[in-house]
Amino acid sequence: MGFFEMTKTALKTVMSRPATILYPYQPAKKTGLTRGHVAYDGSKCISCSICVKKCPSQAILLNKEAKTWQIDRFRCVVCSSCVDTCPSKCLFMDTQYTGPAVEKSVEVFAITYVKPAKPEKKDEPNQ
Amino acid sequence: MTKQIIVPFGPQHPVLPEPIHLDLVLEDERVVDVIPSIGYIHRGFEKLVEKREFTEYVYVAERTCGICSFIHGMTYCVGVEQIMNIEVPERADYLRTIWSEYSRLHSHLLWLGLFADSFGFENLFMNAWRIRERILDVFEQTTGGRVIQGTCKIGGVRRDIANEKLAEMSSNLDSIRKEIEDLTNVFLHDDTVRHRTRNVGVLSREDAYHLGAVGPTGRGSGVAIDLRKTGYAAYGKLNFSMVTDSCGDAYSRCLVRCKELFSSIDLIQQAIRKIPDGPIEVKVTGAPNGEFFCRAEQPRGELVHYIKGNGTKFLVRSRIRTPTLSNIPSLIKMLQGCELADVPVIVLSIDPCISCTER
Ligand code: SF4
Ligand code: SF4
Repeated sequence: MGFFEMTKTALKTVMSRPATILYPYQPAKKTGLTRGHVAYDGSKCISCSICVKKCPSQAILLNKEAKTWQIDRFRCVVCSSCVDTCPSKCLFMDTQYTGPAVEKSVEVFAITYVKPAKPEKKDEPNQ
Repeated sequence: MTKQIIVPFGPQHPVLPEPIHLDLVLEDERVVDVIPSIGYIHRGFEKLVEKREFTEYVYVAERTCGICSFIHGMTYCVGVEQIMNIEVPERADYLRTIWSEYSRLHSHLLWLGLFADSFGFENLFMNAWRIRERILDVFEQTTGGRVIQGTCKIGGVRRDIANEKLAEMSSNLDSIRKEIEDLTNVFLHDDTVRHRTRNVGVLSREDAYHLGAVGPTGRGSGVAIDLRKTGYAAYGKLNFSMVTDSCGDAYSRCLVRCKELFSSIDLIQQAIRKIPDGPIEVKVTGAPNGEFFCRAEQPRGELVHYIKGNGTKFLVRSRIRTPTLSNIPSLIKMLQGCELADVPVIVLSIDPCISCTER
């Protein structure tokens, strides 16, 4: 009696289209919010190192002298904490996953941000 | 007297996605005793808590488990919020409830699949996971992560779900409910499944209570404990009934989980109907000073996060007790006296999540 319960389901699956996709020939599903990898824009980074402190996996290193920002993709857990806390909005979450790699490496970016020159103060009141 | 032999089960075994080692003491084909050992994937979270700011530790707490990750993050956040007397906005509470229940759907469907796999029913396994995929899609659309959501934070949630999206999720759940009905029908009425699970791994109510069984393992034996009834997050404002069964065998535990799928769908739809508009987070200043023992209901049972802070940004102690840890004594009891061939089914019937257990 309870032997044919599965038959209905099995027949339905045989008749319907496959639930899987032919990746990589068909692209994987993505949504606007998908956390793929952290993207960085060096022209806006003010080297405040907040992202370094807020990263739970210590994936980010900032070198103020050499003016570089580096991320270790193998440490990064893609939590997007750095993206949320960056004050100058130079970090983004890209929806593309990073590809596989055969060697451990870090990605280094140059910080090209130039401080806008302070507008010169004309007449100082006390002098 | 028959000669006793010891057969190792695990840490690597086809039915185990995660490593636990059981030494089965056998007399012929019958298991007379079991010696468990865990600790293959200890990750040192208790030390790590001293090195990460309490606001960032949410992401670590969430990674305790790869299935009910959201509930881990939420329980940790609720604990810290209680210490700091933070009142979370109502909308955030509802969103937390919605995501928690989606986690439960995800976890139970995953478990149903693995359970079918444990007695060799591959077709059923694939069907359970096909439905689970739809739940994961919702996670990805609303939080950006399929398995690790990362949307809980201290003081609320990080992402809102638009009301249109909520309505769409609610109507999608209607079709998911139909698919789940077909699926659970097979689990509960198919002779093959019944044959492999009825009267297998029986745990009496007294044993379940005294050995501290939690979640569906306890409820399958008639121990009516469900922490959602304590009304954390928005559960206090929603209506649901606890699912219990009295037989205490593998089939009962399966039955409890099957019925909980429907109560989860109900809870989500209720929450979507009742969710108020408003802010989703409050600003958090200061640091936790004090201790709190936070409990929540995970798909597998009661989860406890003990959190202690000393007024600095770094917590001094955080201890997590996960449901699988409390279910291992019950598992040992169930295994004593069973047949060797039933061991995989019984081990899976408690829904073991070993990585959780090790922290
Ligand atoms: S996404 Fe998370 S883990 Fe990755 S670099 Fe940013 S803060 Fe660190
Ligand atoms: S990336 Fe953002 S947070 Fe990090 S140093 Fe630059 S400005 Fe600061």
